[in-house]
Amino acid sequence: MTGFMKMLRSRKIAIAGICFLLLLVFMALFASFIAPIDPMEIDPANRLLPPGKGHIFGTDNFGRDIWSRVVFGSRTSIVSSLGVVLFSVTLGIVIGLVAGYFKALNAPFMRIIDVMMAFPSLLLALVLMTIFGRGLVNVILAVGITYLTRTTRIVYGMTLKLKEEVYIEAFRAAGASNMRLLLRHIFPNLTSPVIVQATFTFAFSLLDMASLDFLGLGLPPDIPSWGNMLSEGSIYLVRAPWMLLIPGIFIVLTVLSFNLVGDVLRDQVDPRFRHDIKGV
Amino acid sequence: MIPSLILVSIIVFGFVHLIPGDPIQILLGDLATPEQVTAIREEMGLDRPIWIQYVKWVGGVVTGNMGNSIFFSQPVLSVIGDRAETSILLALITLGLILVIGIPVGYLSATRYGTKLDQTISGVSMGFASIPTFWLGLSLMTLFAVKLKWFPSSGFPSILKTGDWTNIRYLILPAITLSAPNSALIIRLTRASMLDVFKEDYVRTARAKGLRDSTVNILHVFRNSMNSLVSALGFTFAGLVSGTVVTETVFSLPGIGKLVVDSVLRRDYPVIQGVILCIAVLYMAINLLVDIAYGWLDPRIRYS
Repeated sequence: MTGFMKMLRSRKIAIAGICFLLLLVFMALFASFIAPIDPMEIDPANRLLPPGKGHIFGTDNFGRDIWSRVVFGSRTSIVSSLGVVLFSVTLGIVIGLVAGYFKALNAPFMRIIDVMMAFPSLLLALVLMTIFGRGLVNVILAVGITYLTRTTRIVYGMTLKLKEEVYIEAFRAAGASNMRLLLRHIFPNLTSPVIVQATFTFAFSLLDMASLDFLGLGLPPDIPSWGNMLSEGSIYLVRAPWMLLIPGIFIVLTVLSFNLVGDVLRDQVDPRFRHDIKGV
Repeated sequence: MIPSLILVSIIVFGFVHLIPGDPIQILLGDLATPEQVTAIREEMGLDRPIWIQYVKWVGGVVTGNMGNSIFFSQPVLSVIGDRAETSILLALITLGLILVIGIPVGYLSATRYGTKLDQTISGVSMGFASIPTFWLGLSLMTLFAVKLKWFPSSGFPSILKTGDWTNIRYLILPAITLSAPNSALIIRLTRASMLDVFKEDYVRTARAKGLRDSTVNILHVFRNSMNSLVSALGFTFAGLVSGTVVTETVFSLPGIGKLVVDSVLRRDYPVIQGVILCIAVLYMAINLLVDIAYGWLDPRIRYS
């Protein structure tokens, strides 16, 4: 942790990233407090208002307040990205550990994982969304599966290396069970790279989910999410560019913040991970 | 390679058949009688057991026949072929932009390591990697096509059919959109892999014997950092495909990416299957080539 602080001091921009993320969490937690106007309230008389008094970021095509929708949208975005991270990391750790540790299991699992990697992430998510249908849990699953492969590969690779270490041999000779070796002696050594991977997964899954929303295969259109706001904004891009601009800026800043923090973490955890862009 | 291909084909086939919704019903509309639906279903072989459909499909694929598109009633291959021109041209222009921007800028960043310039490049490239593709596309479209009218805003009239090379202007904005996040990745990758090589003993030796900086940088450092760049080709391709789906939809380009999105919405099974299979096989082929190129670039790696 102290190393992380030192690293942070040398990269002031990453502090800005952390501040923005904290602000975002604050926004999501106290949404109704920060944005008193109901994000779903339709007001046809005041549609497509430019940013100004009363509506600080203007209104959309239904006269809904954009600031409110951005604030409530931050909830959706954080929850869904967090869901993707939890899903892909948990399952990735389990599959990666088991496939890496037990020789008999590594071919069947990894063959499937490798083949899944032959499908570009958005294309895979697109097809999965068509199977599952639109919805929050479905988006999390569809995008989560595409990131699962990357996490599994990292955990698998590290487990393969770690299980040959002398200290593992020593513990095994001392009579430690497989379960104990996996959980107490291999797993703790994986946490740092997995945390780094989780940070990037958060960032990139946010982008992927926004793309799915835009293609009309993400969240149901009535849920205020940044991707849905962009999707609606794309129809009015000439008449009401702020509909596109505001949620877009929030997505960019969030993804950028996660990338900045992830970069610092990665350099901190292991210099060898420095060029492992996007964790592939 | 062969077992993986079989697995890919099973996954593709399985996925597409899990998609809910009846393609025949969508094709015929709500007014079709049940008799008509049954007749067409039998004609297309969709009433047979699933594994027979799979064997028939794979048998066809091996002989170059991917079945007929339900929507276009044309062979899938010719539907894909019709749209290949747009996507291939877009990919080539994009790849050109990525290499022309990514490698020199990454090189500059690595050779000026730790300076203001390096920090600026790192910051800007990370910014570009954080922008949603479609948002960038829409913004560029609003600014350069709608407001300034420098470029056409959407569509792409085929160059092969019209013979008009100036149509390439339709692809400029999409290519810029698509290359932005990918150039950012290549910049970071070039920089990181060059920085790794800088630490090597032979680089110090080369400098110690009095070679010029630029000679060492290009012949010793950059040459040896190419391995990582080549190995990145695989996921650059995957990133390009994902980006193409979005970019072609934003700019309404008649390409393969838009074909996938449209086919998904139309439940056109054979086309979805065909496109996804082609992309997965292409991806595997690229990775195979990468492995071969790896051994060729780095003589220490030899495959037995």
